[in-house]
Amino acid sequence: MLHFVDRFQEIYSTIQKNKLRTALTGFSVAWGIFMLILLLGSGTGIENGVKNEFRNLASNSIWVHPGQTSKPYKGLQPGRQIEFTNTDYDEIKMNIEGVEHITARYYLWNTNLITYKKEYGAFNIIAFHPDHKFLENTVLIEGRLINEFDVIRARKVATIGTLVKEQLFKDEPAVGKFITINGVPFKVIGIHYDEGREMHLRLIYLPVSTAQKVFGGGDRIHAYMFTIGNASVNQGRASEKSVRAKMALRHTFSPDDLKALRIFNTVERYQKFVNLFSGIRVFIWVIGIGTIIAGIVGISNIMLISVKERTREIGIRKSLGATPASIVTLILSESLFIMVVSGYIGLVAGVAVIELASAYLPKIDLFQHPEVDFRVAVGALALLVISGMIAGFVPAIRAAAILPVEALRDE
Amino acid sequence: MIRLKNLHKTYYMGSNQLHVLKGIDLHVQEGELVSVMGSSGSGKSTLLNVIGLLDTYDSGEYRLNNQPIQQMRETRAAQLRNRFFGFVFQSFNLIPFKNALENVALPLYYQKIGRKKRLRIAMEYLDKMGIREWADHLPAELSGGQQQRCAIARAMVTNPKVILADEPTGALDTDTSYEMMELLKNINKNGVTIIIVTHEHDISARTDRVIRLKDGAIENHQKP
Repeated sequence: MLHFVDRFQEIYSTIQKNKLRTALTGFSVAWGIFMLILLLGSGTGIENGVKNEFRNLASNSIWVHPGQTSKPYKGLQPGRQIEFTNTDYDEIKMNIEGVEHITARYYLWNTNLITYKKEYGAFNIIAFHPDHKFLENTVLIEGRLINEFDVIRARKVATIGTLVKEQLFKDEPAVGKFITINGVPFKVIGIHYDEGREMHLRLIYLPVSTAQKVFGGGDRIHAYMFTIGNASVNQGRASEKSVRAKMALRHTFSPDDLKALRIFNTVERYQKFVNLFSGIRVFIWVIGIGTIIAGIVGISNIMLISVKERTREIGIRKSLGATPASIVTLILSESLFIMVVSGYIGLVAGVAVIELASAYLPKIDLFQHPEVDFRVAVGALALLVISGMIAGFVPAIRAAAILPVEALRDE
Repeated sequence: MIRLKNLHKTYYMGSNQLHVLKGIDLHVQEGELVSVMGSSGSGKSTLLNVIGLLDTYDSGEYRLNNQPIQQMRETRAAQLRNRFFGFVFQSFNLIPFKNALENVALPLYYQKIGRKKRLRIAMEYLDKMGIREWADHLPAELSGGQQQRCAIARAMVTNPKVILADEPTGALDTDTSYEMMELLKNINKNGVTIIIVTHEHDISARTDRVIRLKDGAIENHQKP
């Protein structure tokens, strides 16, 4: 232990008295790590930003609306309007493979007079199952969202968009109050917001069963839509095909009649986004690895030069009794010390900049929450230090092996 | 103390070879103060380096303190250098970023002596050389004479059996050179064997025996 302290003092005094060399080595390590952290951080920022921006587009889902037949089929004339009922929804929910979240929709468009005390307005209404939130970017501001029991018991409850709340309630709290929709009282259970589309801020959400009962819909639904997880393009197409086949059978139209159902399938778009995200990640890694390599080359150069510069000192030390091993140890522990300390400084500085950017940078859509995976950062630092050591090891060994007389030769 | 028999040394430089030492026979006794003279290229520095284990030889025999010195690992050579020899060079060879005290203490570091103790011992030797008050100065802040005193202190600090000095006065003026010789003579009086390589007659005149080298062979030994 005592000897260790002593050796450290020797190392420290050498470092302290060779400020330029120390600064150069330290700076290149610190800079390398700093840049790497910034890169990784902003890479994640871009990834997060893009992900957030296209969140609603990046879900893998199939939307089915009924249409009009365009081909005669089994003695039926073309031009027939297809209509969906709860049974269609059940059929898809039960019998289509890969359905993750599914909701039916019942629209109440344009005709709704909503009142609260003396305030009133006309708003559109969507009624659905609780899985709605997986197909849109519904954000709950206050209260709760419509749940399974609301649907099962056809409760007269509603969530209202933030703009609806503003118009009807002004600054008053809305949750727990009653509004009337076309004369029927509904309890406000929550206030919703939607990051994707502003239209939803002007909407009122109801349980699908309630809307059907109260507003005379019977068992009719206007559409249904479901997500299919991270299914591939082929799986997505297959799901779409089996939906079409099932509906053709139930509603008696030709499975080739593309106008009988209006199906919107996001699988190809979804795949594009999946590719975009992995593209961004590959890009970040390519640049990151490039930065590390540049750092390694820089550090190796400095190590080579610094060992070269010290040849005479090494000769003197050897003439005074330094063994080759002690020379190699001296050189390597010096650079290890410099690299670890400055690498740590670079690491902290990089993380600090990223954190500051995350906290104070104005919100830009395509750049959000830059962050660094700490393990990656420490791993990169270890890589830099190890490669620096290897770069210094070879010349140090060579310097330690040459005869003192060579190292001490005048001029 | 030092016994050389038919020692040969050749330098190979690409296709050229330079036969530097051509069969040296030499015996230096313990406590002797010997000077080696010769024109440049006569092999006197090489001889000193071989004796000091800073360089290797090709054939012949070298016995140090009755121990045969043959091809050995650098680690062993380093230990012997540390234990047996102190070196004084023409260009002083002080480490530029260490102050006088630290320079003198460095050989003790390689004997694994603790920092406090080695700085204390080093200070003693600086005192003996009369440059105590320059202890915390860097070599560049010292005069040539002071630097050489510092170097001699460093050579002495391990209490070596032999001091090897390669042109120790080569970079010094006459008065300082004579001072340096007085110092070395005093050290010699305490029983330390000293070999000085020089080409200055007035320096060799102050030693016990002069060995003249010519073209890699010993021409003669003589009393000054």
